[in-house]
Amino acid sequence: MLEASKSGHPGGSLSSSDIMAELWFGGEMSYDPSDPTSEGRDRFVLSKGHVVPVLYAVFKKLGWLEDEDIMSLRQLGSRCQGHPDNKVCPGVEVCAGSLGQGLSVAAGLALGLKLDAASSRVYVLCGDGEMQEGSNWEALMFAAHRKLDNLTMILDLNNLQIDGHVTDVCSLGDIEAKLAAFGWNVQVIDGHDVRAVRLALGKAKGVHGQPQAIVCTTVKGKGVSFMEDKASWHGTAPSHDQAVEALAELDAERARLEKEADNG
Amino acid sequence: MAKRATREAYGETLVELVNEGMNIVAVDADLAGFTKTGVLGKAYPDRLVDVGIAEQDMMDVAAGLSLTGRIAFTGSFAVFGTGRCYDQIRNTVCDSNLNVKVCPTHAGITVGEDGATHQSLEDVGMMRMLPNMRVLVPADYRGAKAAIRIAAETPGPFYVRMGRHPVPEVYNTDSDFALGKAKVLREGTDVSLLACGVEVAQALAAADQLAQKGISAEVVDVFSVKPLDEDAILATATKTGRVVTCEEHMVWGGMGSAVAELLASKLPTPMRFVGMRSFGTSAPGDVLLHHFGLDAEGIAAQVEDFLA
Repeated sequence: MLEASKSGHPGGSLSSSDIMAELWFGGEMSYDPSDPTSEGRDRFVLSKGHVVPVLYAVFKKLGWLEDEDIMSLRQLGSRCQGHPDNKVCPGVEVCAGSLGQGLSVAAGLALGLKLDAASSRVYVLCGDGEMQEGSNWEALMFAAHRKLDNLTMILDLNNLQIDGHVTDVCSLGDIEAKLAAFGWNVQVIDGHDVRAVRLALGKAKGVHGQPQAIVCTTVKGKGVSFMEDKASWHGTAPSHDQAVEALAELDAERARLEKEADNG
Repeated sequence: MAKRATREAYGETLVELVNEGMNIVAVDADLAGFTKTGVLGKAYPDRLVDVGIAEQDMMDVAAGLSLTGRIAFTGSFAVFGTGRCYDQIRNTVCDSNLNVKVCPTHAGITVGEDGATHQSLEDVGMMRMLPNMRVLVPADYRGAKAAIRIAAETPGPFYVRMGRHPVPEVYNTDSDFALGKAKVLREGTDVSLLACGVEVAQALAAADQLAQKGISAEVVDVFSVKPLDEDAILATATKTGRVVTCEEHMVWGGMGSAVAELLASKLPTPMRFVGMRSFGTSAPGDVLLHHFGLDAEGIAAQVEDFLA
């Protein structure tokens, strides 16, 4: 996808891919695979909009997008815009890409659903670099104050942003303590351990009176050795040779996991 | 003549719309008492969400609420309710084409004593530039009631600009306001005064003063700044051949610029722009209108100079 478009954000897409696979296909999030706008669906808001290729991959698997859609990523007329666009892409609830907005939108959605006495939940995927945006902390206060227990924030803590490691550019400090101090229920897990992701999503559902944060420690560029933990792969598309190498690595890992599953 | 601020229309119109069965919610940022969204909250506590002093959160919470089928109105003062959350309005509300109505109060120089930080003079320009956004600038209480109603009944993003300064009644009955329609309030032949908001009453008073000097001024209320009533504006410009725009807003980017863009492309017409060219300062609203040449006297002086 990214190789064809010659632009895009591979690093964050890969750090979030295990989380997204588990969220969308692990059974905890409720939606109708045959209808992206089904009444009563849980809502998903992608706040770190630049990792939208991983969402497009999900939508392709669901049949909401076709091959030609995802292979025209970032090209004129494509449903797969450089950042998510609700006007052209089925399944996208709201435009995103300007960081620090998804959490407030998700809180508004969660409040509206609560006022409607709907049982739907709201999931929002945020990035750690994005948490430097002050607007997120307005939203954190608001969601806790309103006791939005139908709201789950998944925080992809890959410790990389464009200018380097988050801990070097402007550290979030003790994010677990900060989120807890803001009144959120917090779980910290390995974001590449899909069983841990599933367990955390399940636990979050059982929390009452508080919004929940699932802080996922991840590796930017996960699964592609030459991309892992490299800020330079934030917004650079791979060349053809690099894409072939990356896909070969990911395929080998998939084969290993499938074999493991067969044996286990 | 009774004077009322346009903001007085806000909360009570929202209550009427809820009474009529519309799925309305208002989101404010610690100014519900001032913007009058508090009137809605008092009648229907579940319909008002106060996020505290957090305008960015206000705008995106409204965006989220609109995604649950609600018509979401926002509050705050115009300077904060547009500028502090411009990115939210641009990238979330307008790009996503959401049913969010940006309706702050306390717009313009007539905010008065609070001074420059609180006097929003760029908001119409900022809102007008955004795709999908419609912009209404009502002249009085009844105009504001109509504007809120039009915004509620028309899907998609709206900006309605309201003030705290009591203004004379321009409209005596519930008139037929419509999106994209201007209103000719006074016929004239020598010059067209195109005004919006508090400047409509000032332009009408200026026309009285000019009449005493033998100058016949037509006065048009450009209630709908976007979309503009192109036919009405081209008609009055054709008739008088001289256009003066009047607004309590920077002369750059506001209603006057919108009129100039239209006339430059379809009917080049000599123009003058009554408006602001600097930050404001502290003083009562009426004093500021006079100080910055935005009152009837200032408008009349501009017209006389223009026609001399």
